[in-house]
Amino acid sequence: MALSTVSRVRRQLPISPWLFAAPGLLITGAFILYPFGSTLANAFTDRRTLIPGHFVGFANFRELWHDDMFWTGLRNSTLYILGVVPALVVLPLLLALLVQKNIPGITFFRSAFYTPVVASIVVVGLIWVWLLDERGLVNSLLETIGVGRIGFLSDQWLLLLSAMAVTVWKGLGYYMIIYLAALANVPRELHEAASVDGAGAVRRFFTVTVPAVRSTMVLVGALSSVAAFKVFSEVYLMAGPSGGPAGEDTTLVMLVQRTGTGLTGRVGYASALSVVVFVVTVALMLLVLRADRKEDA
Amino acid sequence: MSVIERTRPVQKAAVREPRVTDEHGRRIRVWELALRYTLLLAVLAITVGPFLWQLSTSLKGPTEDIYSSPPTFLPEHPTLHNYKRVADTIPVWDYAFNSLKVASANVVTNCAGSALAGYALARLRYRGRRVATLVFILAMLVPVEGIIIAQFTTMRELGLNNTLIGVVLPGCIGAMNVLLMRNAFLNLPYEIEEAAYVDGANVWQRFLRIALPSVKGTIAVVAIFAFMGAWDDFLWPLIVLSDPSKFTLTIGLNYLHGTFANDERLVAAGTVIAVAPLIALFACLQRYFFRGVGEGAVKG
Repeated sequence: MALSTVSRVRRQLPISPWLFAAPGLLITGAFILYPFGSTLANAFTDRRTLIPGHFVGFANFRELWHDDMFWTGLRNSTLYILGVVPALVVLPLLLALLVQKNIPGITFFRSAFYTPVVASIVVVGLIWVWLLDERGLVNSLLETIGVGRIGFLSDQWLLLLSAMAVTVWKGLGYYMIIYLAALANVPRELHEAASVDGAGAVRRFFTVTVPAVRSTMVLVGALSSVAAFKVFSEVYLMAGPSGGPAGEDTTLVMLVQRTGTGLTGRVGYASALSVVVFVVTVALMLLVLRADRKEDA
Repeated sequence: MSVIERTRPVQKAAVREPRVTDEHGRRIRVWELALRYTLLLAVLAITVGPFLWQLSTSLKGPTEDIYSSPPTFLPEHPTLHNYKRVADTIPVWDYAFNSLKVASANVVTNCAGSALAGYALARLRYRGRRVATLVFILAMLVPVEGIIIAQFTTMRELGLNNTLIGVVLPGCIGAMNVLLMRNAFLNLPYEIEEAAYVDGANVWQRFLRIALPSVKGTIAVVAIFAFMGAWDDFLWPLIVLSDPSKFTLTIGLNYLHGTFANDERLVAAGTVIAVAPLIALFACLQRYFFRGVGEGAVKG
C-alpha cells in the first residue's frame, strides 16, 4: 500500500493528527459549513445564478411574507408533520411488537418489512403513482369490491394525503428496527408482574410497554418530524414538478428547488426560503427535546 | 445494536407434541399464533406486494390488459420485452453505470475519510481536537435541504456542476460517519495500542494494523449506508445534473416517468432495474443494514 511509504516519511512529524482529520474537515468545511454560511449571507441579497447580486436587507423576507406560494409551501410542510408523525410514532411500535416474538419464519418477516426502506424514494414514488393511478391496482380493487374509483392523484388534498401515506409506508420498517432495539431492553419481569396482577395485553401495552419505550417514541417523533417538514421527493414525484393542481401541493423544499435552480434561479430568494427551513427545523428539534425533558421531571 | 443478532435460543419444550414456544420457553396458544401469522401476512402484502405488482406489470406484454378489474396478478405470457424497450428509450445501462460509479466512489471516500478523521478524533492527542469534533457535530445538524442551493452555487464556482464528481463531493465524507467511526474507536481498549506504541509502532501502523481491523463491523455499516445513500439519492443529483448523458438512475427514472408517464410497463421495468441491485445487496447483508439503523439512531 502507498500508505506505508507515506508513513516512513511522516513518522515523527507532529502534524499527522491534522493529516488524518484533514480530508473530513476540508469536505465538511467546503460543502456543508461554507454553503451554510453563504445561504445565510445570500438570503439578504438579490443574487441570481449568473448575477452576483447586491445587499437588499430584508427585502427577500418581506417578499416572502406576501408570497402566496410561500404560505402554501409552509402549510403543506406543516400539514405533512401533522399527518405523518403520529402514524410513524405509533404504527412501527405496533409492528415491532408483532415481530418481536421469535416464532418460526419471523426473521423473514422482519427483513421483508424493511424492504421499502432500502428502495430509492424515486422507485417508491413511481410504484405508488402506478398503484394509485385512475386505472391502477388500488382502483381496480376498489371497483371490484363495489366502492368505485377514486382520483387519488388528481385532487389536491387526496394527493397530499397519498404522499403522506407513501412516506409512512417507506418509513415503517426503519422505525420498527429502532423500536425493536428499545423493546429488547424492556425487563421481562415488568410484563410478568403485570400479568400476575391480572393485566391483559392491552393494559400491559399502556402500563408497561409505552412507559418503557417512551424516550424512543420521543426520538422517533423528533427524527420523523424533521424529515417530514423537509419533504420533497414523494410530493415532487406524485404531484409533478409544479406541485399538483395549480401548485397547491407545493412543499417548502420544492419551492426552494424550483426558485433557486436553473440558469435564471433566484439564489437570494431561495436562500431566504432556506433560512425558514432551518429555523423551523431547529425549532422542531428544540420543541421535541423540551417535551422530553418536561416529561422526565 | 442489532436486534436480529441477539435472538435468544428457543428452548425445547419437554413435551411430546411439537409446540411453538416464545423466547422465554412459554407455549404460545394456537389461536394467538394464528392471529399473529394472519397479521404478519397482511403486513407482508402491504409492504412487499407493491414491489411484486411492479415486477408483474413489467413482465406483461403489449397485448395484455394491465388495467383489468378485477386485476390479474400474474402475467399470462411473461416477457422481457419491456426491459429491452427501456434500453431503447433511455440509456438505462449507462445510467445504472453512472449510479454504480457514484455509489462506489461514495463508499471508498466515506470509509477512508471517516475512518481517518474518526481515529484522529478518538485517539490522537492534539490541540483543537474538541473544535474538530464540534465541527462534525454542527455539520451533522445542518439540514441538507436548507443548503442545497448554496451547494449548487459552490459547485458552479468550482466548475463541477453537471459532473459525477459534483454529485459525489458534498456527501463524500459524511459528518455522521466520522462520528460513528469516532465512537467505534473510542470503544476499543486503549492498552493494545499502548503496547504497540511501546514496541515502536508509529501512528499509521497502529491505525492500519491494530485499530482499523477491530472496527470492521462499523466500516461495513458505513460502506453499506454510503452505497445505499448514493444509489437512492434524488434531490441533489436532480439539481446538479442537467445533461441527460450524465444522469444517474434515479434522475433517469424521473425523466422516463416525466416523458413516458402513460407507458406503465416501461416505467415499471425501469424501476425494477433500479431497485433490484439494492434488494439483492440487502438480502445478502441484512445484519449490517439493521445494525446501521441502531447506531445511526442512538448515537446520531
